[in-house]
Amino acid sequence: MKPTYGAVSRYGLIAFASSLDQIGPLTRSVYDCALLLQHIVGRDPMDSTSVALPEPVKLPDAERLDGLRVGIPAEYLAGGIEPGVRARFDETIARVEELGGTCVEISLPHTEYALPAYYIIAPAEASANLARFDGVRYGYRCTDPADLLDMYERTRGEGFGPEVKRRIMIGTYALSAGYYDAYYGRAQVVRTLVRRDFESAFAGVDLIASPTSPTVAFRAGSRTADPLSMYVCDICTIPANLAGLPAISIPCGLSDGLPVGFQLIGPAFSENRILQAAHALEGAIGFDAAPAFRDSRAGAAGAEGAGAPAAREEARQ
Amino acid sequence: MSAWEPVIGLEMHVELDTRTKMFCGCAVVKGDAPNLHTCPVCLAHPGALPVVNQRAVEYAARIALALHCTVQPRNIFHRKNYFYPDLPKAYQISQYDEPLATEGWFEYWVAGENRRCRINRVHMEEDAAKLIHAGGDTGRIAGSDYSMVDFNRGGTPLIEIVTEPDIPSPEAARELLQQLRNLVIELGVSECNMEEGQIRWDANVSVRPAGSEELGTRTELKNMNSFRYLQQALDAEIPRQIEVLEAGGTIDLETLHFDPDTGTTTPLRSKEEAHDYRYFPEPDLVPLEIDPAWVDELRTTQPELPAARVERFMEQYGLSRADAGVLGSSAPLAGFYEEVVAAGAGAKPAANWTMGEYLAHLNAAGLEAGHGHVTAERLAKLVKLVEGGTVSTSSGKEVFALMIEERAEPEAVVEKHGLGQISDTSALKAAVAQVIAENPAQAEQYRGGRQQVLGFFVGQVMKATGGRANPQLVNELLRAALDG
Repeated sequence: MKPTYGAVSRYGLIAFASSLDQIGPLTRSVYDCALLLQHIVGRDPMDSTSVALPEPVKLPDAERLDGLRVGIPAEYLAGGIEPGVRARFDETIARVEELGGTCVEISLPHTEYALPAYYIIAPAEASANLARFDGVRYGYRCTDPADLLDMYERTRGEGFGPEVKRRIMIGTYALSAGYYDAYYGRAQVVRTLVRRDFESAFAGVDLIASPTSPTVAFRAGSRTADPLSMYVCDICTIPANLAGLPAISIPCGLSDGLPVGFQLIGPAFSENRILQAAHALEGAIGFDAAPAFRDSRAGAAGAEGAGAPAAREEARQ
Repeated sequence: MSAWEPVIGLEMHVELDTRTKMFCGCAVVKGDAPNLHTCPVCLAHPGALPVVNQRAVEYAARIALALHCTVQPRNIFHRKNYFYPDLPKAYQISQYDEPLATEGWFEYWVAGENRRCRINRVHMEEDAAKLIHAGGDTGRIAGSDYSMVDFNRGGTPLIEIVTEPDIPSPEAARELLQQLRNLVIELGVSECNMEEGQIRWDANVSVRPAGSEELGTRTELKNMNSFRYLQQALDAEIPRQIEVLEAGGTIDLETLHFDPDTGTTTPLRSKEEAHDYRYFPEPDLVPLEIDPAWVDELRTTQPELPAARVERFMEQYGLSRADAGVLGSSAPLAGFYEEVVAAGAGAKPAANWTMGEYLAHLNAAGLEAGHGHVTAERLAKLVKLVEGGTVSTSSGKEVFALMIEERAEPEAVVEKHGLGQISDTSALKAAVAQVIAENPAQAEQYRGGRQQVLGFFVGQVMKATGGRANPQLVNELLRAALDG
């Protein structure tokens, strides 16, 4: 579960994108999730952006969804969804109705802009947050630097991986003089529009449901060469993240032998509502599959394998 | 009249005397062992987050209010990004387009004239750490063997006061800064210790044809911490710009360094190397919302400030604006003056003695008001002796000097050195008769109608009595003797 932004203190969390980072439980059941969440939420004087939840986290006990209105955003299902994922999602929506809930199609019109906005805001913040890894006080430092600039350049050049460097470059560029308004400024406008989309939607529904990702998990490293295809997988989760809203993902079946996630998004501070609904659905779905882990080395050598996993394999030995 | 006029704007940085740092609980202490006052926040450890120091906001707001600025009900912090070893996060938390306070003004005195300078903004930020470069002979990073970082200062609350380009001369710039420094000291928010670098400033300067309304291209003189160097730097930079413009050249928008040894300004970094700070709103802090009621509360608990005190001195003590300006613009001198008056001296003679003999003594001895070798109580006694006619004004000055030399009460000095005023008619009559007898020509002139010669005789009698004669009595006796 990703709680409402600010519900869990970020003090002690190594920052990636401060306005998006949020700590949440990753557990085997919804009940466990609530149990852990109870203990990690709360206002922390060390984190100025943290807030107290208006009501304590309750341990979920719901078995039915009577009266629950669930919205299904048309934009999330518009395209690029794998058939297996779509089938599991539709089955789960049917279960929602069996349990007494009603499902309606809704619109979150600015969804298509959420991903580009996220990939401006997150790298921009990351470029500043990761700047402290400069070799001066802690962490990796290059050997025998010629001078200060050489130390900065080589320490960071050698210490960061390609995806991190890519994001630092994008973020630095987006914040540069002359580009700020066109990129960071526009992205913040989109963020506000996305937030308003949710506000209007929650006037008519209690929760919003979608697949967690349009595809099942891809093999580690398989999309390194094409980062955009990797970023697109976040299309269903990023809008809630931009809006700071709580959301949960529960497994709802398999596709190609891999688990499919079912996502429920709620208004700010609706953790209890989300937990209750997820608990009821979890019981009805009865998901108990444990996917068999294949030998990762076999995968690395497979058709999808690029050069990067092999390099990572080496580092592990 | 010169064909060019300079236009100067100033940015002043002041370290606040809060107990703890701007965004963490570390103590703000000078002179301790290096890196003693540090924590995960001010060392920028991964995962550490800033929390705003409320007292620093209060101090900054007090400065803003004293400068007649509007304290904004909502203001935000920004990240100012650049790499340097004294900046552990590699960004400084500062304020940018929504600062704490905007649009005020400051009144200051220069060459006996009251001037007003508009204030653009007052904003809050954190200070960088201190770098010490070892080896090499410049003390700068280039050429040093290694550098050390002391993070004790890192994160100290800093405020920046930015003026509009309203300052007409180097002298006015120096006066303004000195008086602004006094104001900040009197607010009790910073001691503004210059040696410790608690205040530093940048000056922006351009020149334009006299009488023009347009601003020329400016240059920036960075990071000065001496009033004298500021004036010297501006005195060097203004003619340089005029020379360039008169030769048909243009001024580059650049940052300059002033070398006090050569008295010249040289570029610090060119435009190509200009920083792009990539400002963006600090996501680790929420917008600072300031309750107008809290601002009102601050306003009513502000200490009396120099401008108000000058007005009060004029009203309460009947002083001229010039005298009230001298006595009222710094708290220690104002306090001393008020003590002299409270001890029974007349307000006007007390003002004259404080501005005259007492200030001269402080300047000569290099002492701060209130720390001279004459207490307010003793000065009041002396003033009363002069007012009451026991000591003449000229002898009074001698008494003052002896009070310092002997660390003695004025009465004791008068007694010991026989400096009491002679008001004994018979003693003075003899002196008058003698002076007239010695100067028959002048006596003739007087009797012939030249009344002003009387002054000559008064002077001679004063001289003969060592300045101790009661001048009014001498006048009367002289007239009687000459007319009779």
